[in-house]
Amino acid sequence: MPSESRNKPPVVAFNAPTWPAELHRILKAADVRQMSYVPDAGHAALIEFFHADPDVTCNVLTTEEEGVAIAAGAWLGGQRSVLLMQSSGVGNCINMLSLPVMLRAPLLMLVTMRGEWAEFNPWQVPMSAATEASLKAIGVRVMRADTPDDLCEITASAAALAFDGEQQVAVLMSQRLIGRKKW
Amino acid sequence: MSRRDAVAALLRDRRDLLVVCGLGSPAYDAHAAGDHDCNFYLWGAMGGAAMIGLGLAQAQPDRRVLVLTGDGEQLMGLGGLVTIAVAKPKNLTVVVIDNGHYGETGMQRSATGLGLDLAAIGSAAGFSDAREVGDLAGVTALAQTMHSPANGPRLYVLKVRAENEPRSLPPRDAVYLKNRFRAALGIGLA
Repeated sequence: MPSESRNKPPVVAFNAPTWPAELHRILKAADVRQMSYVPDAGHAALIEFFHADPDVTCNVLTTEEEGVAIAAGAWLGGQRSVLLMQSSGVGNCINMLSLPVMLRAPLLMLVTMRGEWAEFNPWQVPMSAATEASLKAIGVRVMRADTPDDLCEITASAAALAFDGEQQVAVLMSQRLIGRKKW
Repeated sequence: MSRRDAVAALLRDRRDLLVVCGLGSPAYDAHAAGDHDCNFYLWGAMGGAAMIGLGLAQAQPDRRVLVLTGDGEQLMGLGGLVTIAVAKPKNLTVVVIDNGHYGETGMQRSATGLGLDLAAIGSAAGFSDAREVGDLAGVTALAQTMHSPANGPRLYVLKVRAENEPRSLPPRDAVYLKNRFRAALGIGLA
């Protein structure tokens, strides 16, 4: 990765949640070496941790389904990826999800939910409501985390299910966990 | 030029090239040039071929990766050219076999058949080399440069005739293709 994109480790504010750092640790322990994303505010800290990590290649995507294909390519080459996105991005992925399903290749997606907890923006609601059903319809296993402790434990188990169990797994991170978006 | 001749020239001296083939005619062309464990043929995931190539290139930085795809497939993944350009892999080449039409669905004209310059898009995005190639001499020269070091990703648009060649169908079993590809790379079964 170009050296100019290697950032300093994030400065974590006092009282900031600690789960992003813990997720980064968990994913590294699972030997994740690639991270692809369309950014979301809920993923901002975890994105920074990965950008500061010299062992991980980060890809900023123009649209979320690119990351599904990148992860499949990485697996063909023997490497593990994680894909970060918001619930609205799941809708962009549906046909491309047939790729890891057909390959029987691991896929690990961390999805920050919108549209379900104190949501200001009505445009987020339809895809949020469709997220779980559309993932299940294409054959992806869906897990949901509502608290930071759950999130860490579930992500560790999802990584094992994905990479050892060769399943396609999405962890939905509740909007309540991420917090109300500040405009 | 003939697409079959172009792809055969491209892959004649493939050495240790890893090849990802977009669905449809490019996959048949690669298969006709000679099936190989290091060919990964797609029968779906339209728009994803170049992204599979990117993930593979990043996972295998010491290997050269070729994405061989068609104009329709690459147009569906146009944003992926941007993603590749900003990722700047040095070991990835994207070759678009451009006949200006959708060959699988009745030869309807694609955007490149309606005037779009795909190589110019690659150049604007920041590919280290992006150009059209119109004859077999150019393809043969290109085939050699694929094995030499590069400053970044490369995009070549090969202008071919819009003809349906005799079908040369690769395997459709994705699990089989995955396993033989990974075995060729020395990656054990999990």
